[in-house]
Amino acid sequence: MNIKLFRSTFYFIAIFSVIAILTNCSSDKEKSTDTDEVVTIDSLEIDEKLVQDVKTVKEIFYSLPSPLETAMILKQAGAEYNEEFLNPTENVTRYVTNKSMALNLGIYTTDLSYASLFDQTQATINYMDAAKNMAEGLGILNVIDEETVNRLEANINNRDIIMDIISETIMNSSSFFEENDRQAMSAIVLVGGWIEGLYIATNLVAPDDDLQNNELVKRIVDQKLTLSTVYSLLEENTDNDDVKNIIIQVDQIKQIYDKIEITSSEIEPVTDEETNVTTLKSTTQVKMSPSTFNQLKNQVKVIRNNFTL
Amino acid sequence: MKKIYQAIIILTVLALIPLSGISQCKSFAKKVCKLELAPYTHDGNYNAAILTEGEDAELYKTFYAGQNYRIYICGSESLPGIEFQVLDVKRNVLYDNRKNNYSKIWDFKLESSQQLIISLRVKHSDGESDELVSGCVAIMFGIKESDS
Repeated sequence: MNIKLFRSTFYFIAIFSVIAILTNCSSDKEKSTDTDEVVTIDSLEIDEKLVQDVKTVKEIFYSLPSPLETAMILKQAGAEYNEEFLNPTENVTRYVTNKSMALNLGIYTTDLSYASLFDQTQATINYMDAAKNMAEGLGILNVIDEETVNRLEANINNRDIIMDIISETIMNSSSFFEENDRQAMSAIVLVGGWIEGLYIATNLVAPDDDLQNNELVKRIVDQKLTLSTVYSLLEENTDNDDVKNIIIQVDQIKQIYDKIEITSSEIEPVTDEETNVTTLKSTTQVKMSPSTFNQLKNQVKVIRNNFTL
Repeated sequence: MKKIYQAIIILTVLALIPLSGISQCKSFAKKVCKLELAPYTHDGNYNAAILTEGEDAELYKTFYAGQNYRIYICGSESLPGIEFQVLDVKRNVLYDNRKNNYSKIWDFKLESSQQLIISLRVKHSDGESDELVSGCVAIMFGIKESDS
């Protein structure tokens, strides 16, 4: 009996070891392939020296604005709250594929962040529930559990705690995808959130607003800078068909952003000795026609409808 | 037979180290690193990896005018220390923590939005040990609404 038990243990450990080693090896291989792909993205105007530098770097991260940061940027730019531009929570039943659930996890998390920053308590609870629905559909257990929802409801009038809960929710989902080698899903969630931010922002600009002096328009224009990071993040995951499809849609936005000219001066860092906060001083000139802005607004609407309808 | 059995156990443990490392890194970022961002709010993004001394990493991100940011480079205690720089897209150095007593934190704001690169390198140990030390490194961002 002991010999039988020993043999069973032996075979179990041997098979487990081989699987574990193969998993780690393949994971490493994928990482190095990703890095190679990153280096070839010279279409994003990254010069050759930069490409050489990147080649030697062990890990490269492309960080998009999180749904929480997007909402904070909108508010700081003077945006007002308008629920009409959010994705109705009743739509949750429409999303049954991994792609649609990932996109709408990003979209609902952005809507949740936006509602919470404007102290919309009921909408905050509803959007947390919608995000929970998407997370569960994607198999992300415990990212938004009953305890999270209860904590949110118990602190619904404390914005700091609400923001902390949202931040933790975002981190739990992105780290879950990272841990489970589902980086493509993580990228899709972030792009969903990014498009939602653009959709809300472009809709909050009134037709008769002065485009040159509108802070919200400035933040929309700034997304031209983020666009290269969006591409890099998606290009790392082109083995995923859903990602390939999203790249085609992002291309349509890029063609419009290419018509917007941004020129920046050199950056001068100046540190306040008292607060120890550094200000990066620089100026930026933007050239964008009203027609280009309208094209951008319409194209973002088309893509957002593709993601939500 | 006993030796084979021992070898397999060692092999199994070695194979599992990277998997447990990823999980520990997440826990480290959530439980240790996030706390250091206060009074800034963590943006929620997870940027962490296991790095070995001498290895480096880079992060590309757009930072927006009107926001106050805190960058916190958080490394496991086992690591000898981390050098980090913040660069513009032309790779001009805007901040270097080697000139700031290897500070792990940098607070800044921008007059106009910029894409920046966070470049970091794990230092080599001062000791004479032949073994290279590895540990979790997380790049954390905190945001705070501007007072102005």
